[in-house]
Amino acid sequence: MPETGSTTAEPVMALRGATATLGARPVLRGIDLTVHRGEVAALLGANGSGKSTAVRSVIGQVPLTGGSVELFGTPLRRFRGWARIGYVPQRTTAAGGVPATIREVVTSGRLSRTRLGLIRRADRAAVDRAIELVGLADRAKDPVDALSGGQHQRVLIARALAAEPELLIMDEPMAGVDLASQEILAATLREQVAAGATVLLVLHELGPLEPLIDRAIVLRDGCVMHDGPPPKALGQHALPGHDHVHPHAATGPVRTGLLS
Amino acid sequence: MEFLDPPFMQRALLAAVLVGVIAPSVGVYLVQRRQALMGDGIGHIAMTGVGLGFLLSTSPVWMATAVAVAGAVVMELIRWYGRTRGDIALAMLFYGGMAGGVLLINLSDTGSNANLTSYLFGSLSTVSSEDITSICLLAAFVLLVTLGLRRQLFAVSQDEEFARVTGLPVRALNLLVAVTAAVTVTVAMRVVGLLLVSALMVVPVAAAQQISRSFRVTFVLSVVIGTAVTLAGTVTSYYQDVPPGATIVLLAIAVFVALTLLATPLARSRARRSEAASEECTLEVPASRPAPDELRV
Repeated sequence: MPETGSTTAEPVMALRGATATLGARPVLRGIDLTVHRGEVAALLGANGSGKSTAVRSVIGQVPLTGGSVELFGTPLRRFRGWARIGYVPQRTTAAGGVPATIREVVTSGRLSRTRLGLIRRADRAAVDRAIELVGLADRAKDPVDALSGGQHQRVLIARALAAEPELLIMDEPMAGVDLASQEILAATLREQVAAGATVLLVLHELGPLEPLIDRAIVLRDGCVMHDGPPPKALGQHALPGHDHVHPHAATGPVRTGLLS
Repeated sequence: MEFLDPPFMQRALLAAVLVGVIAPSVGVYLVQRRQALMGDGIGHIAMTGVGLGFLLSTSPVWMATAVAVAGAVVMELIRWYGRTRGDIALAMLFYGGMAGGVLLINLSDTGSNANLTSYLFGSLSTVSSEDITSICLLAAFVLLVTLGLRRQLFAVSQDEEFARVTGLPVRALNLLVAVTAAVTVTVAMRVVGLLLVSALMVVPVAAAQQISRSFRVTFVLSVVIGTAVTLAGTVTSYYQDVPPGATIVLLAIAVFVALTLLATPLARSRARRSEAASEECTLEVPASRPAPDELRV
């Protein structure tokens, strides 16, 4: 487990001058992004702003055309401490072509902590804890293809938590998740943050996670438009259906005529 | 147990059991990755190896193994690098392999259409003791991989991207699955033939997952089904004059149909149970928040 109370400003993840292209289209155009230990950082932006590409480049899933990535002070190319990272991909399903139980899927997240894939008693206990955290303990033996969208997302988060990571990277964890699951996810995340975990989230809207977030990074067209405390206006504007993010730092306050 | 007496039958049964065990144990990962037909593709490619073996007068089994392994590796490489037109490239590989095999066998002096047929549809009764040795070695390799690395292979087949972020050597594991599948194809070639190999890798798995809810049970059950149908098919072909390969595959499909019929009431009762559970939950809702029609009263 991450050490509690460590508030040193050691960078856990650093993206410097990152550029990336998808086909011929530039998706990231020189992004600088550093996340320090204990921080909860949210990457916000409209569809196509590059927020998903940015996190996927951090874990080496999208090759950068320029710039660098460092994880825990080590360049990505030489980084081997994958057990320190819990990754929740943007996915609508956790199911493969063969039935698998929640426990089997979550156990696969523990492999980074094992030697040669041998699951010991401590590993089983960690898997149980992770399933318990997302409130699926009574369904551990159920197949994942019988679950709802929100429950799928909870399984994917439990899988990431099974390795007891120091840095959680989540790509749109709230997408397509019902209200009950959203609350369980927010509670799970709160617990992780209280225990000292660092979190990098990709979000479309702040939603129920808003009180947890220390810092918001707003992307537009592959550039950072805002980096600081979550903009208050975003809370109201980022309701479902709102595709636009208004980066106030860049464009100045929106004159609505209500305050003048 | 009169069928156990002739030595050719003992060899045939041993080969059949080994194939019945290893084919589903590889197939389960292929089905999990939604590449159920990969075995079929490798079977086509292995034809060129058989033809090459005849032409060069070396053992067709080992030549087929070499060519199938090479073909499986090329298929994996295409999957990595050529995602856009991957299906076309694979089609070239499949049909090129098949056509190459037919051509090479006709070019060779020893090869004939009868020989070709024995590789296409299997010839269990001609398995020699040398064949048994190589089949045992190859089967041991396959089981070592599919059982020894089951956790890693499960993770990679379930979610490749996530497996990469847990630090697993995904490319190496994918290559290993491809090579293992290729080896399985050439082992099973003698039993069911190249054209029906894929059936033995996929149908027992498909049958098992009709009634199973976990990966572990699917794995074990598919191996049990695979072994049962290869044994039953071989024994049937001893008493009745039917080709063992086709009998085995049809038996496997019969098991699939039987389990599917069995699974329907099973699934219905499970659905009823979970429905009952959700009803309990909805009963609490009116207490916490009155429903709109309740307000109207």
